[in-house]
Amino acid sequence: MDVVTMQHLSKTYGERTAVDDVSLTVRAGEVYGFLGPNGAGKTTTLRMLLGLVRPTDGSATVLGHRPGDPAVTSRIGALIEGPGFYPYLSGRDNLRVLARYRGLADTAVDEALGRVDLTDRGEDAFKVYSLGMKQRLGVAAALLGRPAVLLLDEPTNGLDPAGRGDMRRLVGQLAEEGHTILFSSHALDEVQELCDRVAVLSRGHLLAESTVAALRGASTLFVRAEPADVALAVAMRIAGDDKVAVQGEGVQLDVTADRAPELARALVAAGADVRELAPRERSLEEVFLDLTDDHQTGTISTEEAVR
Amino acid sequence: MTTTITITPVRRPASRSRPGQAVLRSTRAEVMRLRKWPALWVTVAAELALNLLFLYVFSYVSYRSGDGAEGGGIVEGVSKDSLLADMLPDAIPRVATQGMPMFAGALVLIVGALAAGSGYGWGTVKTVALQGPGRLASLAGTFAALTVVLVLLVASLFAVDVAVSLLVATTESQPVVWPSPTELAQAFGGGVLVMLMWTYAGVLVGTLARGPALAVGLGLVWVLAVENLLRGVGALWSPIERVTDLLPGTAAGSLAGALGATPVSEPGGTPGVLTTLGGGQATALLAAWAAVFVVGTGWLVRRRDIT
Repeated sequence: MDVVTMQHLSKTYGERTAVDDVSLTVRAGEVYGFLGPNGAGKTTTLRMLLGLVRPTDGSATVLGHRPGDPAVTSRIGALIEGPGFYPYLSGRDNLRVLARYRGLADTAVDEALGRVDLTDRGEDAFKVYSLGMKQRLGVAAALLGRPAVLLLDEPTNGLDPAGRGDMRRLVGQLAEEGHTILFSSHALDEVQELCDRVAVLSRGHLLAESTVAALRGASTLFVRAEPADVALAVAMRIAGDDKVAVQGEGVQLDVTADRAPELARALVAAGADVRELAPRERSLEEVFLDLTDDHQTGTISTEEAVR
Repeated sequence: MTTTITITPVRRPASRSRPGQAVLRSTRAEVMRLRKWPALWVTVAAELALNLLFLYVFSYVSYRSGDGAEGGGIVEGVSKDSLLADMLPDAIPRVATQGMPMFAGALVLIVGALAAGSGYGWGTVKTVALQGPGRLASLAGTFAALTVVLVLLVASLFAVDVAVSLLVATTESQPVVWPSPTELAQAFGGGVLVMLMWTYAGVLVGTLARGPALAVGLGLVWVLAVENLLRGVGALWSPIERVTDLLPGTAAGSLAGALGATPVSEPGGTPGVLTTLGGGQATALLAAWAAVFVVGTGWLVRRRDIT
């Protein structure tokens, strides 16, 4: 079941296009990552999904309803561009006010505060909270009412390394419990760790949408052996001439990692000393930088990138 | 964030809650946050203190220190008998509303501007929208909560007037003559209408400015200066006078004048109190302005993006 759908979604502010013709779907139960540099259009897209901002063109649905429909907004938990709370109220009272808007009892507040480990600091005024505590209260607000869908806009922003780890664990737990989660980030490691599928945006364009594994591509093998000419000859015999490239002191083979034992045996049989034999995978960071660099320098079109 | 409370996502069917229910929830939430808002209590305290000072304390000091002739006290041109009469219980209907068209009105305009404008600075406009009440329902909740606050404020002002006038009558050995319930109800209703109109104006300006500072500044300049300047111009040029007769301050001042407050043009008159319109016309014009401010705010909230 598609929980979120976007068809040709666009948003312009005057002359500036913030989001340009973005189409994608998020399925029930998946953790979907929105990846992009600052100004890529991630937040604007999330705002459109929540009905905060109206699209200039295109359409979207969340849980089968148009964005902003009260019937569906109450089933979404969201943290958009940092938490916004009444500074003079305590963390608990802030959540109680929001719970009243949702028609929830105060038990939901206690549950949400416990979830982000703010129970002990719930009576403190929001204005004295640290940045990390404010962010956690924002997540607690998103969890009010046990929403089916969570839209989290850079939830680890401003958190220290420990806080980021805690937040990742929380998102992981929520995913295990069956929430559909759409979250934006420019922290590639957390997207790689948490997301089933990823959309890469740059300057409002959708550059790529796929699983993390597919985006990173198949793994390759790297071998360094002596003598080098023997290693190169063996590699070409195993993988084929067109799937071998010399890289520094070694050789890169465009074959899957499960062929490593075969390569090792062939090298030893040919009398080579194997110094290094390891599978190589492109990190999501490399993929991301390739895509965004190419897009920003105009070397690939959006259509090409997505294809 | 190590607490592990298991929350099972609830897959509720999308149910459309009745708009009335959303307004009720929003009103409860707004009342809760307004009740704990220090700025509101400061304004209420200032309102009560100014009412006490200008209606009773200064008049009583003048009455006690005067020589018995006109102009003998600190209120120029007003006799001691007249000063005392205005401090007795039967004067409540005519004096209670005299400060509302301008000074008390300016204070409640600040309340409205802060209530609406601060939410943009704090980011709570966005947070509230994400709870799903619907934009107009949450705005209706704001207006309803402010209406409750204003009715209670006017009731408190009247309660202070009753208590202090009784004290003056007892201290000065004057017979206690209460105004008729009809007069009291008319004055109370008129006071509520004047104060609500200015509060709603504040909400509109706060929403328009998307922040409290500019809204408060613009609102105060309008109430305290611009309308009076326009009236000055209107006295010289009749086309402008036809416009000034329709201004919100004219309606508020005329209603106070119709309820018996001394107009600014007479000795001891209160700034803002006018006799330009009759009571019925002033009431209708005030109601119309209040409606314009509510509808105007609703139109803005409905059509603008929440960024």
